[in-house]
Amino acid sequence: MPDQLRSSSATSPAFRDPASEGLLAKVLLILLGLAFLGFFLVLPLVSVFVEAFRNGFGDYYEALIEPDAAAAIRLTLLVAAIAVPLNLVFGLAASWAIAKFEFKGKSFLITLIDLPFSISPVISGLVYVLLFGANSALGPFLKSYGVEILFAVPGIVLATVFVTFPFVARELIPLMQDQGTGDEEAALSLGASGWQTFWYVTLPNIKWGLLYGVLLCNARAMGEFGAVSVVSGRIRGLTNTMPLHVEILYNEYNMVAAFAVASLLAFLALVTLALKTFLELRFGAGATGGRH
Amino acid sequence: MEVTISNIRKEFDRFPALNDVSLKIASGELIALLGPSGSGKTTLLRLIAGLDFPTDGKIFFGEEDASHRSVQERNVGFVFQHYALFRHMTVAENISFGLKVRPSSARPPKAEIRRRVLELLDMVQLGGLEKRYPHQLSGGQRQRVALARAMAIEPHILLLDEPFGALDAKVRKELRRWLREFHDRTGHTTVFVTHDQEEALELADRVVVMSQGRIEQVGSADDVYDRPGSPFVFSFIGESSQLPIEVKGGTVLFQGQPIGISEAEEGAGELFFRPEDVVLVDAPDALFGKVTACRRLAGTRIAEIDIANDGHAPYHVEVEVPLHAPVELRSELRFRPTRWKIFRK
Repeated sequence: MPDQLRSSSATSPAFRDPASEGLLAKVLLILLGLAFLGFFLVLPLVSVFVEAFRNGFGDYYEALIEPDAAAAIRLTLLVAAIAVPLNLVFGLAASWAIAKFEFKGKSFLITLIDLPFSISPVISGLVYVLLFGANSALGPFLKSYGVEILFAVPGIVLATVFVTFPFVARELIPLMQDQGTGDEEAALSLGASGWQTFWYVTLPNIKWGLLYGVLLCNARAMGEFGAVSVVSGRIRGLTNTMPLHVEILYNEYNMVAAFAVASLLAFLALVTLALKTFLELRFGAGATGGRH
Repeated sequence: MEVTISNIRKEFDRFPALNDVSLKIASGELIALLGPSGSGKTTLLRLIAGLDFPTDGKIFFGEEDASHRSVQERNVGFVFQHYALFRHMTVAENISFGLKVRPSSARPPKAEIRRRVLELLDMVQLGGLEKRYPHQLSGGQRQRVALARAMAIEPHILLLDEPFGALDAKVRKELRRWLREFHDRTGHTTVFVTHDQEEALELADRVVVMSQGRIEQVGSADDVYDRPGSPFVFSFIGESSQLPIEVKGGTVLFQGQPIGISEAEEGAGELFFRPEDVVLVDAPDALFGKVTACRRLAGTRIAEIDIANDGHAPYHVEVEVPLHAPVELRSELRFRPTRWKIFRK
């Protein structure tokens, strides 16, 4: 009987899903969406790769192994390799504190974590220039001990850490708040130490969210332009990261080389998106609980 | 193990959640903490477990002062309201968790752990499910896994927070009976929190009735139902009605008129009685009012009666009437309580 009911309503033209539109509206809306997507996302992405391979694979390869480009790639990898683990630890600690404990000034702390999202990256870079520059209190002091912050790798790392700070924490806070402290209390009541509780209970509960946060954090760390461009000084082969290198090449009308390096960054973005999609497919929407 | 709670006070942000609570729990006893939400029953359970610490007062396990011991050191089996099973672990891994996290000197060998897990699974009647994950189990099964996990560490005392709160009525009844048998078999000192009086009265050796951070009464099911110690207990447990009265010359007066019952102690007070402790009479000295509704309740019939209160909102009382007695709506009914209690103001 239920089968009959279902088939009759499916074939009858008189009934339509109340949440659905007419055929014309459907086609128009889908076309509009596709056109927008193609024009603003697919076209630029394709053009990056087209430009990069304009003069063949040989030139593309040359542009990447050229010493300045290679140095920029190495520096970008180095900065990401320092900034991402740091923010992994910071983010984990911050979200642990916010989600599992009650204390005064909690909402202020949450606002503070969001700060790097809400101010322009150029300003973030300027803050470090003011803090460590030649006219600051700290800069000359550190310089007298031979420590260079500005226009050197430490400054780039600092700026990148600042800009990418919220990614892991933002991903984990809603997830951990949702999970509450029940599992941790259960583990403690069974005799587990604090460390065992974290390792065997808390971490497995958040691992996919954490991985996703790290992916986003990494993508941003490698792609950051504004803050890094202010503090780096753009010394070729020394303090040039990949995004800075792309801009320099572009300004020199070296299109193939510029797009070759840019294609690496674009590729990184695609890999990040693919991994994110994979995680969501594999572990459901709960894996990436954040709001990005 | 015997547990003694001595003058416990607990404040959250200066708001007192528990106020001067003392309680002695005998070894092997099954105790229910019963009260409305906000009465402090869960707070008391968490203080016994060591998941929270009292602002003032002491908790003894046996002769020893356990007040400053951490939750790990207290060795309590705690079953959480929503079970808090580790979702990424199988049933067997959940149950063995408490043994595996022990320092290597106190950890049983692998084969022994496995043997004990299977034994516990048999005990909670879940044999064969050790490889399942929590999300593959029904609510009642999860509850029993949580219990087995708590029992695995051979706790001094078993604490259960609203153990049947998240289950449907039928499973609830079954598990209730099952927990009673389980307790009788293992003999663990057990404390459970509930807001369901039926559950508390049926299951526990003694019921601790709590309200607003205080213990109102401790006693057996018969005690708290038949001999309620305070107006709160009388109205919280079972059905009851209350009326303001005055005792003059050994006679109870309602609105200045005798109602056919007598009491020794003089003065104003509040009369409490249960719907079933009422007899219909045909006499002038009785309570009377208009029947506003009549409903069938399982094997009995309950009449709702409004007693006029010149000009003010009428008093509302409920009395049980015989199934065969004809009771018409808006007719007048006269009755007297056969068992009652008067609480002084």
